[in-house]
Amino acid sequence: MEPLIAVAIGTLFAAAVYMMLRRSIVKLVIGLMLLSNAANLLIFATAGMVRGAPPLVPEGLSAPAGAVADPLPQALVLTAIVIAFGVLSFSVVLVRRAWEIVGADDLDKMRDTDS
Amino acid sequence: MTPQIALPILIPLLAGAVSLLFWRSRSMQRFLAVAGTGSLLLTGLWLLATVQRDGIQVMQMGGWTAPFGISLVADLLGAIMVVLTGIIGFAVALFSLATVGRGHEAYGYFPLMHLLLAGVAGAFLTGDIFNLYVWFEVMLVASFALLILGSEKAQMEGAIKYVTLNLVSSVIFLVAVGLLYGMVGTLNMADIARRLATLQDDGMVDVLAMMFMVAFGIKAAAFPLFFWLPASYHTPPVAVSALFAGLLTKVGVYALYRVFTLIFHHSPGYTHEILLWGAGFTMLSGVLGAAAQFEFRRILSFHIVSQIGYMILGLALFTPLAIIGGVFYIIHHIIVKTNLFLVSGIVHRLRGTYQLKSLGGLYRSHPWLAVLFLIPALSLAGMPPLSGFFAKFIVIRAGIEAEAYGVTFIALLVGLLTLYSMIKIWAEVFWKAAPETRDAPPPAVAPRAMWLMSATVSGLALCTLYIGLNAGPIYALAEASAGQLLAPERYIEAVLGAAGEGTP
Repeated sequence: MEPLIAVAIGTLFAAAVYMMLRRSIVKLVIGLMLLSNAANLLIFATAGMVRGAPPLVPEGLSAPAGAVADPLPQALVLTAIVIAFGVLSFSVVLVRRAWEIVGADDLDKMRDTDS
Repeated sequence: MTPQIALPILIPLLAGAVSLLFWRSRSMQRFLAVAGTGSLLLTGLWLLATVQRDGIQVMQMGGWTAPFGISLVADLLGAIMVVLTGIIGFAVALFSLATVGRGHEAYGYFPLMHLLLAGVAGAFLTGDIFNLYVWFEVMLVASFALLILGSEKAQMEGAIKYVTLNLVSSVIFLVAVGLLYGMVGTLNMADIARRLATLQDDGMVDVLAMMFMVAFGIKAAAFPLFFWLPASYHTPPVAVSALFAGLLTKVGVYALYRVFTLIFHHSPGYTHEILLWGAGFTMLSGVLGAAAQFEFRRILSFHIVSQIGYMILGLALFTPLAIIGGVFYIIHHIIVKTNLFLVSGIVHRLRGTYQLKSLGGLYRSHPWLAVLFLIPALSLAGMPPLSGFFAKFIVIRAGIEAEAYGVTFIALLVGLLTLYSMIKIWAEVFWKAAPETRDAPPPAVAPRAMWLMSATVSGLALCTLYIGLNAGPIYALAEASAGQLLAPERYIEAVLGAAGEGTP
């Protein structure tokens, strides 16, 4: 399972970088979305893929028996998803406002601040 | 129980929440801005006094013991940074009363400012690496919104660059945190440091160190990752610029200091060598960029970049004296840089432009303003007896003692070029005769607003003079702080307890 996930994460990162290097700001935002999803998947994968082993302590024991899924990365991913959601909704609005005010969705036309 | 560790985070959060409740009441929001930042400064000083007296302070959130819960840790560097946050927050809040217009205030300028300060203070005080990421995001989201307040064309263009590069940096940081957790199985920074020390070094640690270096390097605007800064910092209202200039990049520098003294200090021959070259190029590219500019705030923005180089140089040399110099430099730089941006705000208020070509003659009409500009400007360039002289002197002396002559030479040269830039501003804005203009002059500034703005700038100038003329105690403070940074086992012991073996 891990190699498959690793390839998926790599593909997502590559797609994200490709989209961010385009000139259109809409594609830039799509790239940012893919980027944060790739990062979230990667954290999820660091816990290791354990199937059907919830981290529950059976009655009478003080630690779970055998290997169980690590719940902490899932908590991290949950936090990261919420943060990414907020930030991305901001950037969608930003791109829309930028398109309204600048009148172009081409990054090459946004050079007022460069000189 | 030491409430002063959590208060610097809680006060701005609370002030921001209450300001939101008083969304329509302008006077209440303005009152809360001053009261909130003022009490942030006071609790910061309280925290610093406690840390100086009793050593590193730790607070376990929710009563969970160290590696399991989130710890708030205040060592001397963290406490110093919180005090500086308080000073800058208070100064910018006062300045905002006079300069931020009704329109910006109606769209939540003050609540966002409080939120930004909470994020900054949280980043300085947390002892948990994922929590550091969360505080970074709190700070970033607030800064995004502040940056586009007013929705002008330049702001939009600057914001797209700023938002994109900072999000990329956050993702790199997040990925690095995830991989680090996969290696050591903990997020508490003290625990990470302890476990990495026992780990067989298989090259992965250096890879992670580089990922953190890139992530924080973007935030700190280090070479070659600084391009978002001069593209965006001159676009928002000047109070926002001043707040960003003082605090945001320094959070990145603080994170570099924290991570590369506590966690990744095992192979300085690799990581700190890269930091050293990065520092040299950061200084040089920033100052050369500034030399080509003729807009007040753009020159100052490029100088932020070059000054960041000195702070990273202190970290990269990694000798006790160099770390002292780095900490001293941070203290000096935050105050001076904010002050210069505030002076540019007063000039803009008087003449209605930031372009050096259209300015002039201010020495004749406002001689006191010229003096208020010269104090931080000469301090930035490193003229004795101002604060910048001592900061540069310590860093450069550390460079010579460490026999890093190349970088030390760059540091000296950059000091000279900084002086050139400051003299350029002085000559263009204050000394030369005002150019003939057909534009109508901006409306006269109300005496009360003028008084408030100049009082703020004078206060920060007094801080600069105080650091310069009273360098001994500040040096002692920086020395104690460097001592803590270079002895990470004290930090680890404070967080995890003397035994530090209670974890499976």
